[in-house]
Amino acid sequence: MNVSMTVNGEPVSHEAEPRQLLVHFLRETLELTGTHWGCDTSNCGACVVLMDGQPVKSCTILAAMCEGHEIRTVESLEVDGVLDPVQQGFYERHALQCGFCTPGMLMTARALLDENPDPSEHEIRTAISGAICRCTGYKNIVSAVRWAADHEAAAKQGA
Amino acid sequence: MQTPAPFEYERATSVDGAIAALERLGPEARIIAGGHSLLPMMKLRLASPEHLIDINDLAELAYVREQDGEIRIGALTRHVDLLKSELLARHFPLFADAETVIADPVVRNRGTIGGSLCQADAAEDLSAVCSAAKAQVVIRGAGGERVVGMEEFHVGPYMTAVGAGDLLTEVRLPLRSGAGSAHEKVERRAGDWAIAAVSAALWIDGGTIADAGIALSAVGVTTVHLTRAEELLRGKAPSEELFAQAGEIASEDCSPSADGRGPVDYKRHLAGVLTHRALRRSAARALEQEGAA
Repeated sequence: MNVSMTVNGEPVSHEAEPRQLLVHFLRETLELTGTHWGCDTSNCGACVVLMDGQPVKSCTILAAMCEGHEIRTVESLEVDGVLDPVQQGFYERHALQCGFCTPGMLMTARALLDENPDPSEHEIRTAISGAICRCTGYKNIVSAVRWAADHEAAAKQGA
Repeated sequence: MQTPAPFEYERATSVDGAIAALERLGPEARIIAGGHSLLPMMKLRLASPEHLIDINDLAELAYVREQDGEIRIGALTRHVDLLKSELLARHFPLFADAETVIADPVVRNRGTIGGSLCQADAAEDLSAVCSAAKAQVVIRGAGGERVVGMEEFHVGPYMTAVGAGDLLTEVRLPLRSGAGSAHEKVERRAGDWAIAAVSAALWIDGGTIADAGIALSAVGVTTVHLTRAEELLRGKAPSEELFAQAGEIASEDCSPSADGRGPVDYKRHLAGVLTHRALRRSAARALEQEGAA
C-alpha cells in the first residue's frame, strides 16, 4: 500500500507493507537511522518520535497508521549547525555515554518542554519514565533537560 | 526482529463503517485503536488477524462527558485524556490513581480505554477500575446496540462480551451521591504490570455504605470481581475493622499464580492489604464529598 505522511516538515510517500512498523519505515525506507530500534516491546523508549507533536513509541505504531500525520524525528532537532537546546543540554551536562537511548530521550524531552517550558525535576523524571538509559543513571539526563529549559527561557527573555 | 504476520489494513471513517467492515471481513478482522495491546500480541504471533480496521480517525469516539446522570467515556479516549479529565477526577478519582501508574506517559499517549477493556488482560488496571465503578459498556454490532455490566462483559481470560462483528463504543459510569473511590497498585518498578492491584468504590449515604464495588487485577485468570466483600459492606457503617474483613475476603477469593512477580501467598497477602487500603481511601474520599456537598 502507499503511505503518505509528513516527516520533519517534508511530505513523503512510499510503498509500505501494512505490517511495517513506523520505526522500520523511518530507518529502512527513509534511511533516517537517528531513531533507534531498541526493545521492540514499547518498554525502552529508544524509538520515540513525535506524532503531531506528541511523543509515541514508533515500534508500536504501524507506518500505515501515520498516513496523513506529522512525524518528527531526532534528525529535525539540529538546524543549520545549531543544536536544539535539549541537544546542547545533553552535551553540556554529559547526559549520554553509549548514546543508544539518546534519540528517544531527546524527543521525549523536546515534547515535554514544548508542553511545559518550566518542568520540575519530578515532572522531568515522570516524562522520561518510559525511556530506559543503562549508562548514566538519569541524573545527568534530568540535569540536561533542566539546562535546556533554563536556556530556552533565557533566550525567550532576550528576544 | 518482531514483525506481525501479514494482514490487510483499512481505515474506518465512521462507526457504522467500522461495523460494516467487521461484518464484511468476518471473524479474522480486528479493530485497532492505540495498538498497544494488539500490536505486541501480533508481533509475538499470539494474534494473527487477516484484516485490521483502524479506528483512530473516529474522533466522535474520543470524549469524557456528563450526560443523563452518567459519565460517558468514548472508547477511543486515550489514557492521557483519562488522566487529565477533571470530570473523572471529581467523580471517580480511582481513574487518575490508576492512570498515573499505567505503563508510562508515552504509552499513555496512544493506548485507549476501549482497547484496554477489550484486551481483558487480567493484570490490566482499567478492567478493575471499571468493574469497581460499576461501569456499563455499550457494544454495537450490525444488529444494534446493547449495554452490559462489567461482570457480564468479562467472559474469560482475554475474552469479553464483544463478539466478532462488534465494536465497543462507550463506557458509562452511573453517577450516584456519596461516591468515593481509589485504585491501589504495587508493581516491581515504574510502569510495570501489577504484582497485584485493587480498585474500590463506595457509595455512602447517611453514614452507611449504600453500595460497594471492588475488583482485583493480576491475581486471577480474569479480573476478580469481589462480590462476597461487596455484599459484606452493603448496609454497614464504614470502619477499619470492616475494611480489614473485606481484605481477608480478597486474600481468600483471589486466585493468583506464582511467577517472577512473586509467590502465591505473597500475592494473596498483598491483595488483602491493597483492598483494605483502597477501601480506606475510598471512604475518606466519599466522606470528603459529603462534607463538600
